[in-house]
Amino acid sequence: MQEGRVLPSRQINADLLRSILNSPKWFWISVAFLAFFVLAAFSTAGFLINRGYGVTGLNNQVLWGFFITNFVFWIGISHAGVMLSAILRLSKAEWRRPATRAAEVLTVFSLMTAMLMPLIHTGRPWRTLYWIYTLPFVPYDFARGIWPNVRSPLVWDPSAVYTYLTSSILFVIIALLPDFAVLRDRTTGLSHRIYSVLAMGWQGNARQWKLQIIAGVLLSALILPVFVSVHSIVSWDFGMAVSIKSWHSTIFAPYFVVGAVHSGVSAVVFVMILLRWAYGWQDYIRLEHIDALGRLLVVVATGWFYFFVMEILFGFYGMESDELAVRNMQFMEQPWNILMFFFVGLTYFLPVGLWLTRSWRRNLWLMSIACISVNIGMWLERFLIFVPAQARKQVFTFNWYTYAPSIVEIMIIVGTFAMVTMLMLLLSRVVPLIPLYDIKEGDILKTQVQIGRRTVPATFRED
Amino acid sequence: MARKPILGLFEDPNYAAEAGDALQRANILPQDYDFLTDAPYPEGAFGERHEKHRLYVFPFIGALIGLTVGIILTSMTQLAYPLTQGGKPILSLPPMAVVTYESTMLSAIIFTIIGILFESRLPKIKKGLYDTRITEGYIGVLVNVDEEQLNQVSGILTQAGAVDVVQET
Repeated sequence: MQEGRVLPSRQINADLLRSILNSPKWFWISVAFLAFFVLAAFSTAGFLINRGYGVTGLNNQVLWGFFITNFVFWIGISHAGVMLSAILRLSKAEWRRPATRAAEVLTVFSLMTAMLMPLIHTGRPWRTLYWIYTLPFVPYDFARGIWPNVRSPLVWDPSAVYTYLTSSILFVIIALLPDFAVLRDRTTGLSHRIYSVLAMGWQGNARQWKLQIIAGVLLSALILPVFVSVHSIVSWDFGMAVSIKSWHSTIFAPYFVVGAVHSGVSAVVFVMILLRWAYGWQDYIRLEHIDALGRLLVVVATGWFYFFVMEILFGFYGMESDELAVRNMQFMEQPWNILMFFFVGLTYFLPVGLWLTRSWRRNLWLMSIACISVNIGMWLERFLIFVPAQARKQVFTFNWYTYAPSIVEIMIIVGTFAMVTMLMLLLSRVVPLIPLYDIKEGDILKTQVQIGRRTVPATFRED
Repeated sequence: MARKPILGLFEDPNYAAEAGDALQRANILPQDYDFLTDAPYPEGAFGERHEKHRLYVFPFIGALIGLTVGIILTSMTQLAYPLTQGGKPILSLPPMAVVTYESTMLSAIIFTIIGILFESRLPKIKKGLYDTRITEGYIGVLVNVDEEQLNQVSGILTQAGAVDVVQET
């Protein structure tokens, strides 16, 4: 893991602040292009709210369709941040350095996007405002003596997601302080004043650095259990739903968590490849980093595949009619079986096949294909868990297999992808998406050791 | 006697460490000088004093507060609107544990952030003597001494290899 060369601080600043201080020409064109889709999605959501749920493909039987699938998908992507940042920080993996910031930021934006989905899904998002105000400081419902039912997973879910979102935002801000100071020293006028406020008077003395390093490890250790809880609780939204028996699986929580890590880390790898290409960060996001993440993904993907197989096996083992009926749909009936075939192939066999060879892991085109493939597959996975279970014929249902997503749903879903990409791009205009001090620290700690007749690169590690 | 800051800028960390030794030999107290860098160096790299902190107390206090708030919130909301479901008790512990867990973790994390800022002495309204070259890789040795010692310290810093010595104007 020592392929890079040691760069002087001045060059690291110049390279990594290029996205902020010298925005490339394509930047605003790309933002405008993405903003078009975002605007279209918001307009469509407005249309949906105005016209009601009749404009979607949802119906009496399938109430949780594309919106909820997309909600779980984005919650899953958000797990990349903690997986890379916290676990690799705690294990002191050197190759984490260029990946942590992008992963943490992706966490924040994907969580924000995920939370939009249930709001749109409610059909009456203005009701959310009742939670916040009406009487001074007293939410409307509370003032009427109506309180959230803590026995419902639909209360656990927002409490977990908001905890994760708040923690992730704070984590990102604390890690940004030293980089804000660098920007403060490199800007003038209004930008300088804004960065001065954001840097909070950071000087970079020994005490501040010591606490910054401890903060990274301590916050990682605190966020890690939150990260595990979030997707477990999201899985319980389904696992605890009384009406759909095929969701009553005890393996859902770990299965969802590992799946989230799988899709999240793949998404981060793709973002890193894009950043490397867009801003010319070849010296920072090196092939060795992509290679290491590829190897990590082989393990994560195989872990996920294990849970996938176990989930099916447990379902068959119970021999419950509801479970068997859903499995019959997923494996034997069109179009579910075709989707199932693509889902398993795209999530596991295609990407893992590509990640097994070193030269393929270092081929950025193939890595991009593998990472996109995982995310298409993981989106399909959620769709195939949620929709067939609701759509199948049950006792006293008189219409079934009725769900087909409408253009309204498709436009909103496309808009969420454009929104996360646009927010990432816009943020790259104001903060460095590779932590400057982390890269500089890595260079300071690099050394060489003589072993016999060989001089090998090494890294000093402080405990 | 008015105390004034003086800042020596070094390109080489070894020279900065030597400056620290020289300041110590000149009876400047360790709490009167500090090393400013643009990246974290291993602790003690410049022979600086060991920084004590109480950061680890903050998450514990936060967790305790979050736990209390979580228990009160979940029990009071259920008691305020008592709905009996399937003959189960009104105060149902497993779901309470979920929300209480989240509030405990959230509060622990918020208190940790407060602790980090408090222990780092941030936000600092007046930054004091500083040079933007520090974020270009120079190592700053910031010394706070009596006004009459400024010349002596400036000499020590220059002798240790400082590329520039800056004083407040």
